[in-house]
Amino acid sequence: MAQLKRILAGAMALCMAGAVFTACGDKKDDDSSSKSGSNKTIKDVEPAKAEDLVNTGKKYNIYVWNTEFKERFEKYYWDQRDEALWDGVEVNWVTNPNDDNNYQTKLDEAIKGQNDAADDDKIDMFLVEADYAMKYVNSDAPLDVIKEVGLTQDDMANQYKYTQDVMTDDAGALKGVSWQATPGLFMYNAEYAKQVLGTDDPAEVQAAVADWDKFAETAQKMKDAGIFMVSGFDDTYRCFSNNASGPWVTDGKITIDPQIEEWAKQTKDYTDKGFNNKTSLWDENWVAGQKIDGKVFGYFYSTWGIPFCLLPNTLDDPEGAQEEGNGGYGKWRACQGPQSYFWGGTWICGAYGSDNIAITRDIMLKMTCDTATMKAITENEQDYTNNKAAIKELIDGGYSNPFLGGQDHLSLLSEAADKIDLTGKVSAYDQGCNEEFQGAMKDYFLGNATYDEALATFKTNITTKYGDLTMD
Amino acid sequence: MARIEGIAGESDSQTSLKVRRVVAYVVLIFLVLISLLPFYLLLINATRGKTQSGLKVIPEGLFARNLRNVFSDNFKTNYGSFLRAFANSVIVSFFATTLSVYFSALTAYAIHVYDFKLKKPIHTFILIVMMVPTQASAIGLYRMLKGLGLTDSFIPLILPGIAAPAVYFFMIQYMASSLPLEIVEAARMDGCGEYRTFNTIVLPILKPALAVQAIFCFVANWNNLFLPQMLLDKQEMKTIPVLLQMIKANIASNPMTADTGLMNMFMVLAILPVVIVYLLLSKNIVGGVSLGAVKG
Amino acid sequence: MKKGISYAKWGYIFLIPFFVVYFIFSLVPMLETFGYSFLDYVVSQGSVSSIRGGGGGADTIINHGFCGFKNYSDVLKSDGLFTLSFKNTTILWLVGFIPQIVVSLLLASWFTDIRLKLKAQGFFKTVMYLPNVIMASALSLLFYSLFIKNGAMDTMLGHPDMLNKVGGARMVVGLINFLMWYGNTTIMLMAAMMGIDTSLYEASQIDGANPTQVFWQITIPLIKPILAYVLVTSMIGGLQMYDVPYLIGGTTGNPAGVLKTLVSQIQLGKNSSIGAVSALSILIFIVSAILGFITLKVMDDKSVKSMYDVKKKKQPKKINMATSRK
Repeated sequence: MAQLKRILAGAMALCMAGAVFTACGDKKDDDSSSKSGSNKTIKDVEPAKAEDLVNTGKKYNIYVWNTEFKERFEKYYWDQRDEALWDGVEVNWVTNPNDDNNYQTKLDEAIKGQNDAADDDKIDMFLVEADYAMKYVNSDAPLDVIKEVGLTQDDMANQYKYTQDVMTDDAGALKGVSWQATPGLFMYNAEYAKQVLGTDDPAEVQAAVADWDKFAETAQKMKDAGIFMVSGFDDTYRCFSNNASGPWVTDGKITIDPQIEEWAKQTKDYTDKGFNNKTSLWDENWVAGQKIDGKVFGYFYSTWGIPFCLLPNTLDDPEGAQEEGNGGYGKWRACQGPQSYFWGGTWICGAYGSDNIAITRDIMLKMTCDTATMKAITENEQDYTNNKAAIKELIDGGYSNPFLGGQDHLSLLSEAADKIDLTGKVSAYDQGCNEEFQGAMKDYFLGNATYDEALATFKTNITTKYGDLTMD
Repeated sequence: MARIEGIAGESDSQTSLKVRRVVAYVVLIFLVLISLLPFYLLLINATRGKTQSGLKVIPEGLFARNLRNVFSDNFKTNYGSFLRAFANSVIVSFFATTLSVYFSALTAYAIHVYDFKLKKPIHTFILIVMMVPTQASAIGLYRMLKGLGLTDSFIPLILPGIAAPAVYFFMIQYMASSLPLEIVEAARMDGCGEYRTFNTIVLPILKPALAVQAIFCFVANWNNLFLPQMLLDKQEMKTIPVLLQMIKANIASNPMTADTGLMNMFMVLAILPVVIVYLLLSKNIVGGVSLGAVKG
Repeated sequence: MKKGISYAKWGYIFLIPFFVVYFIFSLVPMLETFGYSFLDYVVSQGSVSSIRGGGGGADTIINHGFCGFKNYSDVLKSDGLFTLSFKNTTILWLVGFIPQIVVSLLLASWFTDIRLKLKAQGFFKTVMYLPNVIMASALSLLFYSLFIKNGAMDTMLGHPDMLNKVGGARMVVGLINFLMWYGNTTIMLMAAMMGIDTSLYEASQIDGANPTQVFWQITIPLIKPILAYVLVTSMIGGLQMYDVPYLIGGTTGNPAGVLKTLVSQIQLGKNSSIGAVSALSILIFIVSAILGFITLKVMDDKSVKSMYDVKKKKQPKKINMATSRK
């Protein structure tokens, strides 16, 4: 009986969600404007003057969780830094791994102590990820990028609007900027496409995965050929979670969005039917499937997926040259997939209390606004940069990606990027909710628990991890 | 269970003895193999490349590359200096071990040698708190240390060594078997002060027990991740296990830079000193683990 | 000659360092934890302290004050943090400890069997002890990659996918714990067996006891104190179990949450659910103290006495010494 009720409730919610979608954004605005705002506009404020910015510190402290930004920083910023600003200033990376919310905990402690910290120990810059950006956006720890750091709207004109929406607080202040945009695509193994679908042409493959029904049909064909459609449970997750109608948490209450439930339902179905290889994100078998003979048809990846995962994982000789003949290099293609989505993204924030704000401005300008730099990053690193002009220049210049067999995947990404709308979908707790939900559902997929049991596990875990939340 | 026999196996015939011997060797060799397996695999993995899928039993040729990388400038900017972390680990482990061993001996000595009213309750109290996991008070501890400004400091990693109930337990058992009170009395007759007696006469007698506990404490401190991870933020303060955690995190979140070969090499280098010290002292340790427990 | 009494103050003096340090680094935090366990106290993870307008703001703390035993009843509910993780921890510990004690008894009896004359004993003992010096995390990572689906062991065993099965995951954790500790236990038991007076065995032979009877009726009772010691130290380790199950099962303790241990629950909630996790910590303390008390009782049947008292009575030489002290 309880089950039936749940299903009915779910179905009703689904219908309602559909109604909301067709009714466009207006309805959503009313719902969530109080909490997370939507269709945010950055308020027109007078940008700080560059010459007024403080630059007295001797140590520039940057809080990060891995080495990604550090590498970009060293390769693309350091040589063109404003040397006058950096005179006698030393950069100091404070690295705290992200797992188990460790990074956030350490960052929060540091923010708390920011006022009392010695000048050289104050945070000058910190990075945040999409899954918990809200937490910092709604706090007063980050500097206002325009009013306090001194970037102008003109400087940032080429950035994707959604990357700014995420970082705009309820009062219309922009709290951080990003050098990357993270639209997602479906990257597939061209050899398997030829073998099973008879073509590896992105447009035709797209037709075979254009919606979830077609996707499942193709999955069945793949299965018959001994190939898994996707690697594991979490691969399709972002397609659903990004298209949810509301955030994970509203007013301290956790809601399981119908889209999230749909993901669980579909994944269970795929698992039972053998459409996936029962892996979890990042695990060894998940990685192994990215070899060109890895028996997995495709991976849902955001832009960073190529340089950070697919490319290194598909090479036979990771130390060898990145060129055709080395493993799967040149044998992957990309198409939009059944549903547009985005995944991840990292933003840079200046910290209140910093004594080197002039340097913060210099970094933000060069790393997130400078078209030439960002064009170079996309060209050399396969990372999709947050700069429409740079991307356009590349596409117009006849961009072709040798890793994808010469395909111009930037056009696809740029289409997808235009569709991203995050308003009213993010909450400060998303990282924990996503992780714990995926973790708990794994038992459901593997048959170790029923859906309701897995949901109960999720509830216990999430309300312990976030003691301030409740869930029905 | 029927096969378990004590020293007295008189009823056995010669053939059954032979069978038993063969069985014993087979089991022992099997256990030796699985005990050495982790070391072997670790060494092999340290010769492999950035991404490693599947198991290899034959070394690949990247040992030198991985070794170079651990000491490279790139490693230093990404994770911090290996040598620095190594030195930190040595400092913390050395001092914590010294304090643990010395003060546990002193505490055990106090209970063993002197008669006073609270002797029994104190002994029982220490044995009971021995059971309490350190993590049980971690919440309070972190808040307190934060308040005292003792994060990013080695003090909370070293000083608590003084109160180590498990080491105390071992020491007092050893004393019960190997420290005749007559020796203490003789020292008193010679007019030796109590504290001096402990330092100059008792400690040398305890040497074997001290050595055994020293290696145990050292290993435990060397491998400790819980408290250092919680307390240390400054790059130049971090210890070996904290660095390892950072390398591991990069493998999940930043595969481009992540390097499994490097991580395995790092683990080899992190384990090596402990293994060497252990092998050098193994005679004492293998003999000494049981010192306290049995001599009685 | 009267001794001890006039020196009693030295006993207290020598105990000072231990208790001062224990007081600061263990007792005070423990009392603080005890205090938190009665508060409806939560730190919001969805917001950050306000830092503009001076001072470190405390707006992330939601403290509704004293709430009696609510935290305790919450974690003790049938699906509460304590109930589940205590059960898990106990099972995980047993899965490692039972084979460990059986194998160790077997090995110890072999090593001490004069007639068996095993060679290279030093080598065997040294190697068996070796896994104990590796970082638990390194060992777990290795075993994880061996037992993960399509890993070496998984392939060898015919793809049972153990890490995704309740029993399998428990076995892998048990195996790692076994590997880390069986050498230690063997050496300990062996030394105990070597201390047994051989004339006892000879006498029993004459009485016609078979080896099994000898083992159960002579060996086991005589090594009981050491068995108890092994049990205590292993239980301490068991209660603190964290790294191994965490690295195998992640924060959710997959599969089916059976790899969630007491300490992993503390870790999960330590940044937010301060009240609940503090109650959990206090319960662990209580359970530990009870276990410790019982074990001490087992070690000495008559009363809770220190283990070293038991020892002293066993050897004639020591009895002299003990009486001379009284």
